[in-house]
Amino acid sequence: MMDKNIKKILLLGSGALKIGEAGEFDYSGSQALKAMKEEGIETVLINPNIATVQTSEGVADKIYFLPVTPYFVEQVIKKEKPQGILLAFGGQTALNCGVELYKNGIFEKYNLKVLGTPVQAIMDTEDRELFVKKLDQIDVKTIKSHAVENIEDAIKAADSLGYPVIIRAAYALGGLGSGFCDNRQELISLSEKAFSYSTQVLVEKSLKGWKEIEYEVVRDRFDNCITVCNMENFDPLGIHTGESIVVAPSQTLTNSEYHLLRELAIKIVRHIGIIGECNVQYAFDPYSEDYRVIEVNARLSRSSALASKATGYPLAFVAAKLGLGYALYDLKNSVTKTTPAFFEPALDYIVCKIPRWDLSKFQGVSREIGSSMKSVGEVMAIGRSFEEAIQKGLRMIGQGAHGFVANREIVVEDIDKSLREPTDNRIFVISKAFQKGYTVDQIHKLTKIDKWFLDKLQNIVLTSKEIEKIESKESLEDNLLKRAKREGFSDFQIARLIYKDKIDPDLTTAMIRTHRKERGIVPVVKQIDTLAAEYPAQTNYLYLTYNGTHNDVNYLGDHKSIIVLGSGAYRIGSSVEFDWCSVNALQTIRECGWRGVMINYNPETVSTDYDMCDRLYFDELTFERVMDIHELENPHGMVVSVGGQIPNNLALKLDKSGVNILGTTAESIDKAEDRHKFSSMLDRLKIDQPRWRELTTLKDVFSFVDIVGFPVLVRPSYVLSGAAMNVCSNNSELEQFLNLAANVSKKHPVVVSEFIQNAKEIEIDAVAKDGEIVAYAISEHIEFAGVHSGDATIQFPPQKLYVETTRRIKKIARKIAEELNISGPFNIQFLAKENDIKVIECNLRASRSFPFVSKVLKINFIELAAKVMIGEPFIVPGKSAFDLDYVGIKASQFSFSRLQKADPVLGVDMASTGEVGCIGDDTNEAILKAMLSVGYRIPKKNILISSGSSKQKADLLVASKLLSQKGYNLFATGGSHKYLIENNIPATLVHWPSDPDNQPQALQMIQQKKIDLVINIPKNLTQVELENGYKIRRASVDFNIPLITNARLASAFIISFCSMGIEDIQIKSWDEYISY
Amino acid sequence: MHIHKPATLHLENGDEFRGFSFGYDQSVDGEVVFSTAMVGYPESLTDPSYSGQILCVTYPLVGNYGVPEDIYKNNLSQCFESEKIHVRGLVISDYSFRYSHWNAVKSLDQWLKEHKVPGIFGIDTRELTKILREKGSMLGKITLDGDDLKSIYDPNLENQVALVSCKEIIRYGSGKKKIVLVDCGVKHNIIRCLVKRGVEVIRVPWNYDFTKLEYDGLFISNGPGNPDFCTETVDYIKVALQQERAIFGICMGNQLLSMAGGAKTFKLKYGHRSHNQPVRMVNSDRCFITSQNHGYAVDNSTLGKDWEPLFINMNDGTNEGIRHKSKPFFSCQFHPEASSGPTDTEFLFDDFIKLL
Repeated sequence: MMDKNIKKILLLGSGALKIGEAGEFDYSGSQALKAMKEEGIETVLINPNIATVQTSEGVADKIYFLPVTPYFVEQVIKKEKPQGILLAFGGQTALNCGVELYKNGIFEKYNLKVLGTPVQAIMDTEDRELFVKKLDQIDVKTIKSHAVENIEDAIKAADSLGYPVIIRAAYALGGLGSGFCDNRQELISLSEKAFSYSTQVLVEKSLKGWKEIEYEVVRDRFDNCITVCNMENFDPLGIHTGESIVVAPSQTLTNSEYHLLRELAIKIVRHIGIIGECNVQYAFDPYSEDYRVIEVNARLSRSSALASKATGYPLAFVAAKLGLGYALYDLKNSVTKTTPAFFEPALDYIVCKIPRWDLSKFQGVSREIGSSMKSVGEVMAIGRSFEEAIQKGLRMIGQGAHGFVANREIVVEDIDKSLREPTDNRIFVISKAFQKGYTVDQIHKLTKIDKWFLDKLQNIVLTSKEIEKIESKESLEDNLLKRAKREGFSDFQIARLIYKDKIDPDLTTAMIRTHRKERGIVPVVKQIDTLAAEYPAQTNYLYLTYNGTHNDVNYLGDHKSIIVLGSGAYRIGSSVEFDWCSVNALQTIRECGWRGVMINYNPETVSTDYDMCDRLYFDELTFERVMDIHELENPHGMVVSVGGQIPNNLALKLDKSGVNILGTTAESIDKAEDRHKFSSMLDRLKIDQPRWRELTTLKDVFSFVDIVGFPVLVRPSYVLSGAAMNVCSNNSELEQFLNLAANVSKKHPVVVSEFIQNAKEIEIDAVAKDGEIVAYAISEHIEFAGVHSGDATIQFPPQKLYVETTRRIKKIARKIAEELNISGPFNIQFLAKENDIKVIECNLRASRSFPFVSKVLKINFIELAAKVMIGEPFIVPGKSAFDLDYVGIKASQFSFSRLQKADPVLGVDMASTGEVGCIGDDTNEAILKAMLSVGYRIPKKNILISSGSSKQKADLLVASKLLSQKGYNLFATGGSHKYLIENNIPATLVHWPSDPDNQPQALQMIQQKKIDLVINIPKNLTQVELENGYKIRRASVDFNIPLITNARLASAFIISFCSMGIEDIQIKSWDEYISY
Repeated sequence: MHIHKPATLHLENGDEFRGFSFGYDQSVDGEVVFSTAMVGYPESLTDPSYSGQILCVTYPLVGNYGVPEDIYKNNLSQCFESEKIHVRGLVISDYSFRYSHWNAVKSLDQWLKEHKVPGIFGIDTRELTKILREKGSMLGKITLDGDDLKSIYDPNLENQVALVSCKEIIRYGSGKKKIVLVDCGVKHNIIRCLVKRGVEVIRVPWNYDFTKLEYDGLFISNGPGNPDFCTETVDYIKVALQQERAIFGICMGNQLLSMAGGAKTFKLKYGHRSHNQPVRMVNSDRCFITSQNHGYAVDNSTLGKDWEPLFINMNDGTNEGIRHKSKPFFSCQFHPEASSGPTDTEFLFDDFIKLL
């Protein structure tokens, strides 16, 4: 059945992780590549996201770390000459790129076949007007939207529809530039923004309060159709599905509603002509069977990744095969392996997806959630009751919640308002409202959340009230304890409700656990088998529940398995890189003859693909659940060092409970994690570190600052609002921060460290065995210290370090490795000024940059580390990093455009949502590739510079000269203008927003899109500077103009695009750089 | 909170599951079967094909959207599949005490009470399903503590069709063409599907001699239990096979038509009861997701020489429909009328109407 002419295909990836486009596309791309490989088809991948699994050795045959843009894709097509291209697996980025290539006739020119859904069908779904027309043809109701091309027409359309209306930018990622408008004023300001993303803006009637329902549909070229899964949003329409809690399958639909929408979905998909996978979203009236189709995504999406994990049906894999011409009946159900892929999974559990936000990382950001996406990750919880699933999920999001109840009290000023205007805290506001005596009806009225969900949440509250009445575990009846566990209560929640934190919660939690086990109340393991137990399935896809009495799995107890703890929800600071680490650790474990067991709950990941391990527990990474699994599995040991901070934090507790932690001991991990222990160790080893103190009074803070001098880095242990860390440059700033933002006391000490300016930041990623380093990679930040290492642009191998500096760094790393007797992965961060080296941080686990250095070196550090940890022999890599005759650059991706009002400035707290890694023959080429990959464009003509302090102005001088020589027009604000003129660089003066009477205005030029690149370096923290700078920066983001806020990065970027053009960039695949 | 009596589900093989009683507080017995449908309990419970059976629903959350009001239009229930609940007992995991839906008027619990049907919740329905899958459908009983049943009723020993079929002729709809519908336990949606296509439906009891009636097409309905009890019906169908008028059968109708054509049926280990059964039309690329509810199947190898399989189950290869090689006779084992379940195959009603 397959198209035999296809010998080589090109797959477009989605690039760096960003809000609205995250790890789900690594999963779908990897699946598609696997499907191609199985057919013996050669695969070429373009994706600059070096931390992904799909860009690993053996997944694709050729990998290009290049921007997914029409220019670069065409170059790769020209070079590789594939016969087919896959556009549906790299999110909106790949789809948009594909549509553009199609329109430019590139596919025709190179005789390239688009596999799967034809491009015309994609365009029919992407262009709203075409879409509505298309569905009108088959009498399917859509949200009638008025496509407009200017603001006047937008106003007219809104007036005719009546407010409230929703506006969206056409062809935009997950709702970018969209929102609700209650009146004309809001409409004008929002449509201005929307027009900056797209020439077409859509005005629609708002259906706020309707249910939001989705169907995942698969169709083959013989017109056979199935709906693999449907999903229902807990939050009604008005909140982007990426911002909503979602359950699968739908819970409040009757048979007739479920099948009405299912039948429509199939009708739509047939009419559009999808081949492969697609997603249909509906608005559904809660008081009748009326509906509107919101949109159709003619590609794999976040929802399809969720649906794959929710059902066990590998949508991307199947879609890829259908693209090759297979029929659904040709393919097998990959879980049962006996029944066909033409079927619709029957679930016997409920899954609950909950978004993870990180809004507290951003200054000034609006906390309200709505029609545009802000969340950075998500979790999926599986249970056999809604209460169980949602309580699990609320623990999984990893923001300190223990479930729906028994959390730290939150302060809600106006509950009614917070219920009506939801924020990222909505679910906890509902909990609070129940505590305050609100009824289900009241909450429903304010939130429009279906009462069924609210009733279930109230069950949890009622049970918690019953437990609260109990004084000690002895008077806790089995029936109540069982019910609580069936409703997803953790031992901690039960302990807190009974003992009310009067005794150490760790102790009472342990008491409850022991008591519970004595009473025989333990969870059971259930399989996810796609057919609700109708057919026997050899599935290794598992979860735990208290709503059951029997295990599906027979345990061998042979101690031949190794558990790997995954990384949990993607968030700022921990994302796909730890998935790569987890997957590679599992692979190595399995290659060495052990059974690899994974625990993780992130539906966007490859590590939660049940093909990746011998057993997958899609469940919590809490101490309680990990121990439950440990007791069932009886493994040889556990790996806690490849999943980032969550497993790392569990190490000590697990070790104390008798878990065999493989590799570096828990005690050593604790020595590196505990600030005091680590610091005194460094002192003992005579290793320098920035001076710091943990202090409990303001007076002590000031006297310490007298010694070390400003600026200082301040880290309060208890934060009232805003950022958790701050750099303070003078007394007033320090006072302001400590008085307003934090609370200094004996109970909440503050850590103050000296902050060294203009120092280089250097990192070492390494693997050691028994305290001896076996592999290492030293890399250098482009930016000076002060920019979080997760936001910094990293260069590897370092190009500008003194030999002496690297020698000293190696020496220090060796000492630390020896002292902590490290066996496994670790990372140390250093400050260097001249050859003066200070250690700032040390993590005895894999770091964010492990995939980057592993791939640039082509030495898999995780494979080595895993072998060390399980005691397998390995070959010590002989080649030194300095032998590389190319350069790798890791650049960060920011998602400020989605975070309304957030100040797009870099600081000591991390703000980037993703990264790319590109390789070039020299720094310039690598920088240019990397910057283009994270969305920068080479400016055409006009550049706006406001360059901060005199030091930063000087830093930019060479670059500014170059720009001028290259014929760029420079526009500069006051001080920067003066500085440029003084240095004989022609520039035009533009005025700050605080000086509105003079022309030209910097802000206006941005709004009129007269500027191609904005370089805005924040100078200091005075109010007027902050406001001026903020307005410029924010406008750049809102009007989609590239912005750089760091002088050293700006210089590096400018020098790179002045030294070479886009056509000078070499189209070289990964293996062309690395040849032995 | 809700006070619910402890209850136990006992299986014929000695296995026991502890839970709590809901619905009508009474012990009950029957054949325990499972369905993997995720929606549609009001439709399923009123499906006459479940007569004599205790139904285990594998989807754990049940009762979410309550039960709608039973409105009759032209002698037909608008929301249900018959006049009453036909299952003898209901086994679930997690019951939603409070429901939420605009068209609901009562809870599942209340409805079961009204129809004197017991239910049990808090059961590990997945484990129960695995037992039924491995050991086959078996007899069982739900007992309240202190209220045991001495023996267990075996519905397979009784003619269930006779129990659920209408007792006299009922007419529905109007149109130029007349269809005789042999009621072996017909679901109302079958009648709705026919009537809305503009034909008159004459519903007759399972053992009625319809051959004397004037009609354009014959329809043989679904129904519960063992088809071997319906020898009378089969004999009448044999007469119809001598003629040229169109015949269409669903579920039990497929089995009876096959038997009239000379084929044999057998009892499946645990039956097909779900909304996700894949079938393929023989000699084509066309596949459909179907709603099914049957414990017996037609043995393909015994089909008479004039007959051929029309659909095949893609999971286990069993027969899902037959057609006559030359005459306008066909039938399907699945439920094209759905309700509950997917509606992919409703076109078969159109096909039938075209043959009249």
